[in-house]
This record gives sequence, structure tokens and C-alpha cells, in this order.
Amino acid sequence: MLRKISMIIAAGLLAAPLAACGDNGGDSGSGSGSDSGSEKIVLGFSQVGAESGWRTANTKSIQDSAKEAGIELKFSDAQQKQENQIKAIRSYIQQKVDIIAFSPVVESGWDTVLKEAKDANIPVILTDRAVDSTDTSLYKTFIGSDFVEEGKKAGDWLVKEYQGKTETVNIVELQGTTGSAPANDRKKGFGDVIAADPKFKIIASQTGDFTRAKGKEVMEAFLKANPDIDVLYAHNDDMGLGAIEAIEGAGKKPGVDIKIITVDAVKDGMQALADGKINFIVECSPLLGPQLMDLVQKVHAGETVPARVVTEETTFTQEQAKAVLPSRQY
Amino acid sequence: MTTITRLAKHRLFWPVAILVVLLLSNLIFTPSFFKVEVRDGHLYGSLIDILRFGAPLILVALGMTLVIATGGIDLSVGSVVAICGALACWRISEQGDQNSVGGVLVAVVLALGLALLLGLWNGFLVAGIGIQPIIATLILMVAGRGLAQLITDGQIITINSSPYKEIGAGYLLTFPVPVLIAIVVIVVAVLLTRRTALGMLVESVGGNAEASRLAGIRSRRIKLMAYMFAALCAGIAGLMISSNVSSADGNNAGLWYELDAILAVVIGGTLLTGGRFSIGGTVIGALIIQTLTTTIYTIGVPPETTLLVKALVVTVVCLIQSPSFREKVFKGRRQRPPTPSAPTAEAPAKVEVPA
Repeated sequence: MLRKISMIIAAGLLAAPLAACGDNGGDSGSGSGSDSGSEKIVLGFSQVGAESGWRTANTKSIQDSAKEAGIELKFSDAQQKQENQIKAIRSYIQQKVDIIAFSPVVESGWDTVLKEAKDANIPVILTDRAVDSTDTSLYKTFIGSDFVEEGKKAGDWLVKEYQGKTETVNIVELQGTTGSAPANDRKKGFGDVIAADPKFKIIASQTGDFTRAKGKEVMEAFLKANPDIDVLYAHNDDMGLGAIEAIEGAGKKPGVDIKIITVDAVKDGMQALADGKINFIVECSPLLGPQLMDLVQKVHAGETVPARVVTEETTFTQEQAKAVLPSRQY
Repeated sequence: MTTITRLAKHRLFWPVAILVVLLLSNLIFTPSFFKVEVRDGHLYGSLIDILRFGAPLILVALGMTLVIATGGIDLSVGSVVAICGALACWRISEQGDQNSVGGVLVAVVLALGLALLLGLWNGFLVAGIGIQPIIATLILMVAGRGLAQLITDGQIITINSSPYKEIGAGYLLTFPVPVLIAIVVIVVAVLLTRRTALGMLVESVGGNAEASRLAGIRSRRIKLMAYMFAALCAGIAGLMISSNVSSADGNNAGLWYELDAILAVVIGGTLLTGGRFSIGGTVIGALIIQTLTTTIYTIGVPPETTLLVKALVVTVVCLIQSPSFREKVFKGRRQRPPTPSAPTAEAPAKVEVPA
């Protein structure tokens, strides 16, 4: 009896991913024998998950631009688990897709599966996040944001804003999750730029875990410990939004009494920017779909591509935010 | 002298002493730490922050105390926090006028109703089917985050509702509303457990479920009620947390709250094995944890070492709490006089305990 039940369960487990693959194959009907090259390019893409609005926009951008570029997209969601992602990549190898692209959930542990892809002659493109493999021949290129550059842009704005003034500028910093690449790099880029001028002083720097609630709690403590804060630099919009509430609770005006710089440019952040509560946002764009499809076509045609492609990103002032807010996708 | 020794024997002496020492240690780094002023028509200061941000933890820990007293444990409270915040915010975001008091009330009632239902589920698994509490509530701990994300559609729901904001960030007669809510719930819990036989029944179930069943106590029903109360407390905490930032984050709201709550209960002197419990101890335990967090932010411990500092303080707190450890240290001192020990440093604090 028990054996029968476990067999049924095992059969169900086996059938589930098969069914999912069938769904993904979708529109073209005969996606199997597309090795000739003259047909549609088949791209297998493994996404991290759907953990944030940023990620959802990222997924949508990839799906939309694949359709536009006439590339057949096989899409799978890893739900934040590396083993799911490895499974997905293996199934793409078996299905003999033309190109595999994925956003690695974590940095390490990819060598084996990437080697399998290489042996099967399927080029791999990394998106948004990097892997720590020492063998760079395992993937063709890495497209994604340059977090150090984002921090630098934030610093540049600050330097320009306080140009010609001599008094000390007291800065507090809300860092992202301790040890994560965006937190480390955004801190470094910002720190490097403002280090050139001794009037800029980071008087407090704590992690807010990229969340609104922590951002608010930490900012409350900052406000109590340091009565004289001129600038807040938050590693993402959400922490900045939480901090805005803390600043308002302290009877100060965010954006006026304390100038605020954040990174990301999600919709809520852009709204606050347009409302004058944030002064400057450095974009970290999830909309890398068109650039990715461009790379896919080039790699498929055998052209050489740069090993590192930086996402096209911009920055927003309050006036720019007002202008673009109605057409913002995420 | 006799009053001091008698005070030191009180079960709440050490938690209170630790809290006082933690608070006083802030004076070294932040002289204005104890300053409380009225700003914008409400109280403002670090102490108020501790109470305000500590209120949700106090509530969750309060519910956890009763569950632990029955010999169980509830790992799902963090997820319930997320679910209730998500449901309330989703409901409010769906209605046309987010500022309508009626609509907010409906959302609050819905969320708390769902919390009770989730508590019923936990209680059913533990008391009805007899699954080990740690496993039974682990189910909801894992599945609950998924549920919360299902409600929020994986996004952060932002709302703009001033009546809802009152729950977590509002002030009534200059006092923060979440603190007032927490006080009301504490008073109700104390009255129910100490003025009626309920508290004794809970302790007897935790002490020996089978014996109390044979003595005629409906231990299953008591357990069921404990889990429902814990979930309700977590639900209220969820409303506070989401209301405080006017948004629901299914991923991060209440993350690891269950661990903080269990720690608060343990610091407060309630045994994890069940039986006797101390609501006062739990409240002080929760305040110790929040004071520690606020202290770390205020004095600017680098984020890389925050967890280490927390762990060190918690270890010291737990050691000081343990009677057998204290005995050993005191004995050791008698044999070898020059050894300095942590408790002596707290001697002056003893006098301030009644205040």
C-alpha cells in the first residue's frame, strides 16, 4: 500500500515539470528541431523569482522584447532556489535551445552545469547578477547594472549640489543587506566620489536590509543620535521611503531639511521624488530585455560581444520625475 | 539590606536589572538618550522609539508566552504578521476611498478574523491531531509567507489611508497608539490569566497535559485557545507593522519575528518546557531586545558586526538569568576573591528597580 502511494507521488513529481515544459513550448508548435539557424532563435531563460516589483518588471521586459525581436522564449521561474535553476538549465540543454540566459540566484556553484552547456555548444549569457566562476569561457557575456557606477552617480549629484559651499555636510547612509553586491558596491562608489572633498562627512551608516520598515526604524535612531543631518543616502527607494516617514515624524521636511538620494527608481520612489520628498534618484533599470535580445542575436550569429555589458541607465531629478512618472512601467 | 536581598530573589529582578543597565549604558554614548520632548503634538525621543517599535514584538511575545506555557511553541507568528498586514493593506487598496473609517474597520476585522482562523488551524494540528507543535506550526511558517505573497501578488502594496496609519504610527493624547494597544492587550491577558482560573489551567496543561486531562481539565481546548490567542496577537502586530510604513511587504514583514518572540519569552524567565509563565517577564524581555536594537542603531555599531554584538549581549543576558550559572560565579568568587564578575557591576542598579 505504502509503496503504491509513494509510486503515485513519484510519478506526479516527474509529470509536473514535463507539463510545465509543455506549457512553455506554447505558440510555435514545432520548437524541437530548431537547430538549423534559419528558423526562430530559441532562448531558454531562467529567472530568479518574482520577489519584487523590480523583478516582475524585469521578467516582463524580457518577455515583451523577445516577442518583439521574434525570438522564441522558454521561460522558467526558479523561485529563489539554485537547484530549480540548475534543473531548468539542464532541461534547456536537453531541449537543445540555441542560447541560455539566466539571472543567478547566488554567485557560486555554477561551474558544473555551465560546463555541461559549454560541452553541448550552447552559449550562455548572464543577466543582472554575476557568477564567481574563475573560468570566464563558461559564459559569453554578462549584462547588468554597474552598482559601483550607481553609487558614483549619487555621489556626483551631491558634490554638484553642494558646490561652492564650505560648511560641513553631515551624511547618513542606509545600506542594503549586509554583504550583498549592491550594498557593497553602492557604498563604495558613493564613498569614493565624496572622499575627494573633506567637507562631506558620513556620520552614521547602518543596514536597513533594503526594506521600508527597517529603513524607518534605523532612521528614527539616526535622528535621535545626530541632531544635525543634512543628507540621507539610501541604497534603495524602499528604505528611503521608510526614512521619509521617520523624518516627517521628527517634525522635519524630507527633501528640504534633509536632502535625500536613493537608488532604483521604482514607482513609489518616483512618486516621492515628484512630490519633492526625495531630491535625486539613480536608476537601476530592470528593463534590460531589448539589450539582451540584441546580444542573443549577435551571439547566435557568431559575432563577438563584449564580456561585460552595462544596462542603459539614467538618473532622475524632481522635474524629470514629474515628466516621466505617467509612463513609468514599474 | 533585607529588602534588597528579597528584591534580588524576585523572579523579575534580573530581567529588570538588565534592561536598566542596557538603558543606562546608552548615556555614555548618547547623553540625550533619556530626553523625551513633545514635538508636533506628540512625545518624541529614544525611549518612545523603543516602546513604539517594541509594541509589535511585545504583542507577539505575549501570545508566544501562553503557547509556550502550554508546553508548545508557535513558529508561524512571523508569517501571520505578514499575512494580516498583507490582507488589511490589500483590502484597503481595493476600496475606492482609502480614508473611509468604515472600510479600514472592515479590513482590520477581516485581517484579525483570518489571524484567528490561522490560530485555529495551528491549534487543530497540535491539539486536535496531536502533531508536535514545532512541526505543526512550521507548516504555516513556510506556507504562510507564500500566502502573504499570494495576497500581495509578490509586490509591496502601498496604501495611503490616514485612519489605517493611526494603528501603527498615530498618537492619542501625545501617546503612540501602538503602545496603547499593546498595554490594553497586556492588561486583558493579565486579567484573564491571573484573575480567572485560566492562567492556572494553562500552567497545569503545560506542566502535565495528561494529568490535567485526568483531573478534568479540557487540555485540548486550552491549547487551542492559546494558539488562537498567539495568532491574534501576531495579527494585531502585523497591522501595526504594515500601518507604520503604510505598506505590506509579504517577503520581509515579520521575518524572524518568531525567534525574537521566543527569545523575549525566555529572557523573561518562562521555561520552554512549559508550565509556569510570566507575562511581566515577557514584556521586559521584549523591551530588552528592542532596547538592544535601538542602542545598536543609536551608537552606530558597524552593520558587519551588529549580529555579533547582539549575540554577545544575548549570551550575557541568558547567563546572568540562569540561577545555576549565578551560583557558580558567586561560589567561584568566594573561593578566589579577586575574580571580577558581571553581577557586581549591576549592584547600584538594584536600588532603581522599583522605579
